[in-house]
Amino acid sequence: MALDGNAIGGLLLEIFGSDMTSAEATCATCGAVRPVADTMVYLRGPGTVVRCCNCASVLIVVTRVRGLSCVDLSGIAALEVNPRR
Amino acid sequence: MAGTAVRGRLSWQVATVAAVTEETGSVSTIVLDLPDWPGHQAGQHLDVRVTAEDGYSAERSYSIASADGEPVAITVERLEDGEVSPYLTQELRPGDQMEVRGPIGNWFTWGPHDGGPLLLIAGGSGVVPLRAILRHRQRSGSTVPARLLYSSRSIQDVIYRNELNQYRGNAEVRYTLTRSQPPGWGGFAGRVDDAMLARIAWPAGQRPLAFICGPTPFVEAVAELLVARHYPESRVKTERFGGA
Repeated sequence: MALDGNAIGGLLLEIFGSDMTSAEATCATCGAVRPVADTMVYLRGPGTVVRCCNCASVLIVVTRVRGLSCVDLSGIAALEVNPRR
Repeated sequence: MAGTAVRGRLSWQVATVAAVTEETGSVSTIVLDLPDWPGHQAGQHLDVRVTAEDGYSAERSYSIASADGEPVAITVERLEDGEVSPYLTQELRPGDQMEVRGPIGNWFTWGPHDGGPLLLIAGGSGVVPLRAILRHRQRSGSTVPARLLYSSRSIQDVIYRNELNQYRGNAEVRYTLTRSQPPGWGGFAGRVDDAMLARIAWPAGQRPLAFICGPTPFVEAVAELLVARHYPESRVKTERFGGA
């Protein structure tokens, strides 16, 4: 079952150092621009997988090995941390 | 080389359980004593980490049930096949400790400056952050009109029932019971649908701000209905949860 980007607010805050749930992510595949809170998040895999809520492409993968977070952001074209609403 | 890991900027702190209150047969509210809590916005959540004697630990994310300025509380629904929620709801006692970090999330939040009118739609334990919003609204003296539509399986499953029944005036709470209704039930019955929203939802022209929280299919169905009622996507905030 997919959750959404709110569920990984703590993980992303730990990695980025500021709140990312309200950041806007641009999908590198379809170009949709949506708040990270609206992404589809899968926690049950070996890592945390974040997918675009428009086209379901993988945006972010986070894996953790011995306390080290490996963050793959290649599915994101842009990430704007303080978007104007 | 674990020492070179991205250093956590969000640190865990030890919380002591101050009280555990049963809300329904499967839901409990846990009040935490957190000496270093920096305060929070209504709608935010926190992460809980519990560690077993053998060192195995598990993390879960829970919405904060209380308003800022009140003791921090979470409300937890017991999932029968859950790893953490049976412990939190059945075994935890005042004085027990756990690790907590937060507050987390700036998206699914509301403060008086965000305005409204507010349309809050909850499915099951999705009512938790919306209860925090209602409490914060009341404590802050906000006069923003608010309506909560709360979908629950039965009247026995309604969390915070006594508290929610006390809202009057420009804060209204309505229920829909999906599986069973008590005799003489005057509220809604069945899943949230467009006919229900036609009676509850503020017209889009009033620039309402909607918060929907519940299981993923519930949230997506309700969000689609609101967008079809011309609510702009940017004014429909959603939070999905599930037993992870």
